Amino acid sequence: MTETKLTRRGDEEIADARLTRRGDDGIADARLTRRGFLEVSGGIGLGLAVSLLVPACAGSSGPNGGPGRLAGGASALDGAAGHEVNAYVRVGPDGQITIAVPKSEMGQGVLTSLAMLVAEELEVDWSAIRSEHALADESRYGRWSTGGSRSVREGYEPYRRVGAAARMLLVEAASRRWGVSAGECRAEKGEVVHDATGRRLGYGELAEQAGGLEPPTEVPLAPRSGFDVIGRELKRLDTPAKVDGSAVFGLDVRVPGMLVAQVVRPPELGGSVGSVDASQALAVSGVQHVVEIPNGVAVVATHFWAATKGRRKLAVEWRPGPHAALDDEAIRERIRAAVAAGRTVRDDGDCDAAFAAAGRTIEAVYDFPYLAHATLEPMNCTARVADGECEIWAPTQSPTATSAAAAAITGLPPERIRVHTTMLGGGFGRRSATDFVEDAVHLSMKLGVPVQVVYTREDDMRAGLYRPAGTNVLRGAVDADGWPVVWDHRIASPSIMREKGWTAMMKDGIDVAAVEGVANLPYAIPNVFVSWADLSLPVSVHWWRSVGSSQNGWVTECFLDELCALGGKDPVEARRRLLADHPRHLRVLDRAAREAGWGDPLPAGRARGVALHECFGSLVAQIAEVSIDEDGEPRVHRVVCVVDCGEVVHPPGVRHQMESGITFGLSAALHGAVSIEGGRIRTGNYDDYPIVRIDRMPRVETHVIAEGDPIGGIGEPGTPPIAPAVCNALAALTGRPIRRLPIGRVAAQA
Amino acid sequence: MPAYTLVVNGAPRELEADADTPLLWVLRDVLGLTGTKDGCGAGLCRACTVHLDGEAIFSCQLPIAAVEGRNVTTIEGLSPDRSHPLQQAWIEEDVPQCGYCQPGQIMSAAALLERTPRPSDDEIDAWMAANLCRCGTYNRIRSAIRRAAAEGRRDD
Repeated sequence: MTETKLTRRGDEEIADARLTRRGDDGIADARLTRRGFLEVSGGIGLGLAVSLLVPACAGSSGPNGGPGRLAGGASALDGAAGHEVNAYVRVGPDGQITIAVPKSEMGQGVLTSLAMLVAEELEVDWSAIRSEHALADESRYGRWSTGGSRSVREGYEPYRRVGAAARMLLVEAASRRWGVSAGECRAEKGEVVHDATGRRLGYGELAEQAGGLEPPTEVPLAPRSGFDVIGRELKRLDTPAKVDGSAVFGLDVRVPGMLVAQVVRPPELGGSVGSVDASQALAVSGVQHVVEIPNGVAVVATHFWAATKGRRKLAVEWRPGPHAALDDEAIRERIRAAVAAGRTVRDDGDCDAAFAAAGRTIEAVYDFPYLAHATLEPMNCTARVADGECEIWAPTQSPTATSAAAAAITGLPPERIRVHTTMLGGGFGRRSATDFVEDAVHLSMKLGVPVQVVYTREDDMRAGLYRPAGTNVLRGAVDADGWPVVWDHRIASPSIMREKGWTAMMKDGIDVAAVEGVANLPYAIPNVFVSWADLSLPVSVHWWRSVGSSQNGWVTECFLDELCALGGKDPVEARRRLLADHPRHLRVLDRAAREAGWGDPLPAGRARGVALHECFGSLVAQIAEVSIDEDGEPRVHRVVCVVDCGEVVHPPGVRHQMESGITFGLSAALHGAVSIEGGRIRTGNYDDYPIVRIDRMPRVETHVIAEGDPIGGIGEPGTPPIAPAVCNALAALTGRPIRRLPIGRVAAQA
Repeated sequence: MPAYTLVVNGAPRELEADADTPLLWVLRDVLGLTGTKDGCGAGLCRACTVHLDGEAIFSCQLPIAAVEGRNVTTIEGLSPDRSHPLQQAWIEEDVPQCGYCQPGQIMSAAALLERTPRPSDDEIDAWMAANLCRCGTYNRIRSAIRRAAAEGRRDD
């Protein structure tokens, strides 16, 4: 195996792109090192390195075989055929190209969009392309994690360079074979051609040799006008495996000899294990061990149902936590009490003087609740710690952090830890944490056998790590003509960055994610004051799709509508005027208004609401058409969504992410709240935490603007505008603003 | 431990399991058929949908004792080669995102089309409302069911 470090100038650009765009999605080690990303390895096929197990075929298990007794499951996910041209591109003898993607596929389509970027420069038929997750090998792929709507945004150029460099190596290999100069050869649809003699060689015949060559020093890229793959309406590569049950999610991993564990956690926040009586649990058929680990008490069995039954028989005396009086109301009071101690984030003009002088003023308090990610696949992880090695199979957004967590527990050096990233049954930020990984590693290390930890839905919902709750105290005023002149906005919410120990990323003690969208409120209002207060509560917080924007988009866009109502202004007209100096904002707003028919008559009982928000480098405007059912349940009929993300790689992916963000935000706006009672998380399953279902799913019309502005993210920006668009429509219907989420039921008439 | 015989995807299977073991976990842990998913364990998300004698059921709620002698079809058995009109429609409409709920969605939709070959949108919504999708693929699910139903019409 040869390794060559690139030192060309183009590499610097790649490295710079990586290093200067740190995401705010919660991954401390989000940077890809230059070395990691640029290392080019030859010789060894990636397939040899991938040993993710597929489920054993039916018929191979014993009569009551637990997973460990299933035979015949140890086939490699991927064939070992083929050769690497570089760490990302492997070519099979038949010319099939496999792209190794060091980003987690959680529905956002990275296994397709990033493969498209590589393919753009590789000069191959798209039908020859497949893709798979890379291993979490820092020496080959850097420190990788997925979040912050970063994957395509940051990979836009680097992945094209990967493809271009591979193509150049293949051309070089052919030219050497023929004894001609590379300049006389060209790549065409998976072959290298020497026009002068008509000779051709397929990539599959060249890959081994290409992988051993010195990588090129200059890697030019095709201009935007020459794109052939980027921008095409291609089908996702992962769809076939997702319609026949063959896609392997974390829960589908089957490792020979594997046991299945459930971890019972202390029911109270801050509680701990007192004493454990495992005798009855161990008497349950199939239960093998009861083990105490840092997060709780694990019941380990031959299969899931045995663990469930064992758990029911487990007798644990819990030490109560110190927060027995904590409930939703107490949390709200503590948050509100913190507002006054806020740090100043922004201070334009003189809010106090302008407020005192204004004729028409308004004051409001907006409260938002804790939210769970509630991915449909519950948290899980499979680990095998044995013989001085640790192997992990996890549906994780953060393979590098997963590896680090395993290293910390096992004491093994990173090169003895292998992390396989499975398909993720949803991520939304939750899977950037490693709590489920730690459970599995602890257990496998203690028991000496492979262990799959499975959270039940309730375990998952109650495991902590929520979108922060918080409050906003607002004062606003309009001038004699009705135009907003005061925006005084004081926020209190627990800081995710502080809790994660990312204090170095806080600016002057301010969690920039907590004030995103408020600190940079784009509206031309002469007097703006923004403060933010942190406070520590016993409920753990975590990144949740669109992070601070998930609440700040709601607060700012709803309060702006309150000011519009106060000044007697149409919400779209007012925004137009206040955004006169923001052409991209104006463009999405105008397009949304036009597509939605803003101002056109609607059936009785229906109203529109508009909202606009910028985050993760993209701008999104949404207009929702809403009515109220007889029982007070809001019904969203139609959402017009306009996104300006600068550039589009995979158009269906962009539309799907907008629609997905809308559904995610709508579920939260209508129903989402994690409730605390008696110092415990009360919320347990989807009956307590409803998700929008198909019968309440609005029609969504997405329009994409991509005019060559800097490329923006797409996984998260669709989420923030939907809550305010819906709330503003409801306020238009009822005459009452909605200042607390979730919306729940509303009385129909003003 | 009691023994059971059932027909899974057309093949007779004999197995031993505690009588209260949900069919879901028999499929996943005993028979190695992991296409059927666990989402809530409480009959709330329908990720675990399979067909029992042709009817869509929540396999997480049905003990194996109630399945004795009956026919079970899972996503793996819907077609041998993704050729079922719904699987084809799912691919054509690019339905899945994370994909975790989709086996259950497809099995629910298949049961719907068995009973109502030409469902209206309201009928689709009423039937499919039991199936959660956290990614928000609902509009494409509706389109795919319409497409598969239209394919069925052409076959008539």
